[in-house]
Amino acid sequence: MQTSPIASNESIKMSVRDLNFYYGKFHAIKNVNLDIPEKKVTAFIGPSGCGKSTLLRTFNRMYELYPDQRAEGKVMMGGENMITSKEDVSLIRARIGMVFQKPTPFPMSIYDNIAYGVKLFENLSASDMDERVEWALGKAALWNEVKDKLNQNGASLSGGQQQRLCIARGIAIKPEVLLLDEPCSALDPLSTAKIEELIAELKKDYTVVIVTHNMQQAARCSDYTAYMYLGDLIEFGATEDLFFKPKRKETEDYITGRFG
Amino acid sequence: MNTTVLNAAQQARLAKFRGRKRLNAVAITLSMGAMAFGLFWLMWILFETFRLGLGGLSLALFTEMTPPPNAETGGLANAIFGSITMVLLATVLGTPIGVLAGVYLAEYGAHTRLGKLTSFINDILLSAPSIVVGLFVYALIVAQVKSFSGWAGVVALALLIIPVVIRTTDNMLKLVPNALREAAYALGSPKWKVIMGITLRAAQAGVVTGVLLAVARVAGETAPLLFTALSNQFWTSDLSQPMASLPVTIFKFAMSPFENWQKLAWAGVLLITLGVLALNILARVLFRNKN
Amino acid sequence: MAVPPTPTQRRSSRTADLVFEWAARLAAIATLLLLAAILLSLVMGAWPAIQAYGLSFLWTSEWDPVQNKYGGLVMIYGTLMTSLVALVIAVPVSFGIALFLTELSPRWLRRPLGVAIELLAAVPSIVYGMWGLLVFGPILAQYVQAPLQAAFGGVPYLGALFSGPPVGIGILAAGIILAIMIIPFIASVMRDVFEVTPPMLKESAYALGATTWEVVFRIVLPYTKAGVIGGIMLGLGRALGETMAVTFVIGNFNQLDSLSLFQAANSITSALANEFAEASEGLHQAALIYLGLVLFFITFVVLALSKLLLSRLQKGEGART
Repeated sequence: MQTSPIASNESIKMSVRDLNFYYGKFHAIKNVNLDIPEKKVTAFIGPSGCGKSTLLRTFNRMYELYPDQRAEGKVMMGGENMITSKEDVSLIRARIGMVFQKPTPFPMSIYDNIAYGVKLFENLSASDMDERVEWALGKAALWNEVKDKLNQNGASLSGGQQQRLCIARGIAIKPEVLLLDEPCSALDPLSTAKIEELIAELKKDYTVVIVTHNMQQAARCSDYTAYMYLGDLIEFGATEDLFFKPKRKETEDYITGRFG
Repeated sequence: MNTTVLNAAQQARLAKFRGRKRLNAVAITLSMGAMAFGLFWLMWILFETFRLGLGGLSLALFTEMTPPPNAETGGLANAIFGSITMVLLATVLGTPIGVLAGVYLAEYGAHTRLGKLTSFINDILLSAPSIVVGLFVYALIVAQVKSFSGWAGVVALALLIIPVVIRTTDNMLKLVPNALREAAYALGSPKWKVIMGITLRAAQAGVVTGVLLAVARVAGETAPLLFTALSNQFWTSDLSQPMASLPVTIFKFAMSPFENWQKLAWAGVLLITLGVLALNILARVLFRNKN
Repeated sequence: MAVPPTPTQRRSSRTADLVFEWAARLAAIATLLLLAAILLSLVMGAWPAIQAYGLSFLWTSEWDPVQNKYGGLVMIYGTLMTSLVALVIAVPVSFGIALFLTELSPRWLRRPLGVAIELLAAVPSIVYGMWGLLVFGPILAQYVQAPLQAAFGGVPYLGALFSGPPVGIGILAAGIILAIMIIPFIASVMRDVFEVTPPMLKESAYALGATTWEVVFRIVLPYTKAGVIGGIMLGLGRALGETMAVTFVIGNFNQLDSLSLFQAANSITSALANEFAEASEGLHQAALIYLGLVLFFITFVVLALSKLLLSRLQKGEGART
């Protein structure tokens, strides 16, 4: 993709250049180039197996946990290539928060769930930590619902609340970017709506990248959308443009439901 | 971090990070050390067993009886025969009871009070010291009949096999997916046929593995035989007499100061180790093939 | 095309069903009866000693077959101490092994190493006992006990722990051999439960920037604590009831002269193994059976405690929906 579809008055948070990804011999992501604008919501859409989650997981080097997965190319943030950076991967991951498809509360109290990530990097006093926990839970629109039961186990919350807990946990360490990998796929419609509201709030402070298999969700929540198919980036543009005036026929076919 | 001057907060972050990295490195090193530690003992024990036992291996081991101390010749024939006989009979006695009870736990009593109680009691029996089982069989049989016997040894070993087989049968049956059972019922099959013909058949690799592992365990047990079958210097195939077994013979010979006895003990230990390892490997191969 | 069963066919299969169900139920009831029978026979056999000494048997240390005076303290102490030493060594080592097998080891090495550890679990205890007496003991005496004694001999309290003849037997030797014996059990269970931790849970922690150690110690271990505790209790149960691995090296000494780890001592199982077959019917035999009853009770308590601990832990985490 040549000219950037991002408006000239918007700054770019991350740039992906010539990115290739392999599961063993399988070439899962082929030469992807795109820019992630700052403090906006960018959505990755596409049918199952197109590589959208894979692409997301290269941003915080999640693939390094598995020996036969590797990435080649550039994911630039702050002038440095995340993929080849000499900086320790823990520090990189601390700048990029991630929320997964299923809620994953840690086996500890709600308070400790939030505090866990913070304690890794900062030595806060008890009152400072209380403040941070309250702030994170507030930002995730969960504070009022849990403020009286902070000592209860994270698993005692409902599915939608657990997912907001995971979002709060990711925010608490004050990352620059938030990656959401199909965050609503395990949730009921009401919880989904709450999280979509939350995303609209979050983009005021964070750059959000969301992977979703639900096109309507992408149309509702995002400012920019990338459509991927079988490892290729087919089209990337402002959400309105992509959905109402797609430039490529493949995009139009997917959006109009000619294939799923 | 390419600014030359870091403020206090950033310095604190970096220092904390370095501490965490160090802790991680220490933990990883210790973990590798633990692995090496475990492997080291296995190697050493196996090595010594082979080294000291190989010299005693010969045909005579299987053809000659246990000798008196300081004798020139001798073997372990009666002990080997006794062990094989008693273990085999114990398996024949214990397996059906164990499988049936396991079937009850998984197929009939899974949520009943009897089922839960039996499962709990079985856990107790599983963790009961084998020497206590020996005491029980002594009181039950030996004290009544006023003599040690091979049959008492068989009963003691069977009582050790049963809880293991119950546990593994129960676990393996519970792994069989319900859809399989439902398909059989849908054809109009009665419950006992579903269990015998379908469910048990589906789990058979696991159940057989469980039996093999139970056998491997009791084959090396000494304590329960100490006051049931006792031991016998001579050959006997009469189970109502005290019967020699490999583990008890090894115990007696190894604790003695006589060299020929100690040599035979090492050979016996090698035999038991090889037998038990062979059973374990067989169980593994069986399980992997069926899956 | 399947033909629907005739009325006689249906009736006979119903009988078969009933017979089968009752056979299975009886087998289960037999298990209950077995435990009851074991307890009953132990109590009956130990009755003369229970009558003679009551509970004071548990803290009297005099054990004299000649004068027909018996007290079980020496054996009970030996059993508990050797198991404690074994646990102290085995639990951290098992944890390290499980950590290695699940997080650190290269993938191709995982299966063979796991199998090696499981084979160690299959080795019969008499092998450990013999190896312990004839191979390990002398080396322990020369390279561990003698230097420890030289180093700490003069120190008060600590020195007492290392006093006595360093000949490679005693509580320390038995404890170490027990530890080697139970490591495979505990490590296998830990490895199994670590392995079924959902990868997404671990990834969530890594995504926050945690290190491998932090993920395993703070996330995986709490998540699997039920299984981990079960594994430790399993190992403890084995250690308490183990006869052969202990009998060879514990020394068979029925006196508690000192608290030294090097001193010959005795455990319940080795006392039974050595004395029961020749014990005269009467108080000697009854006292030995009393010891067996105590041991059975100890292992039962350990099992019950572990189940209690597990349910308490799960409750204390807070209400789960």
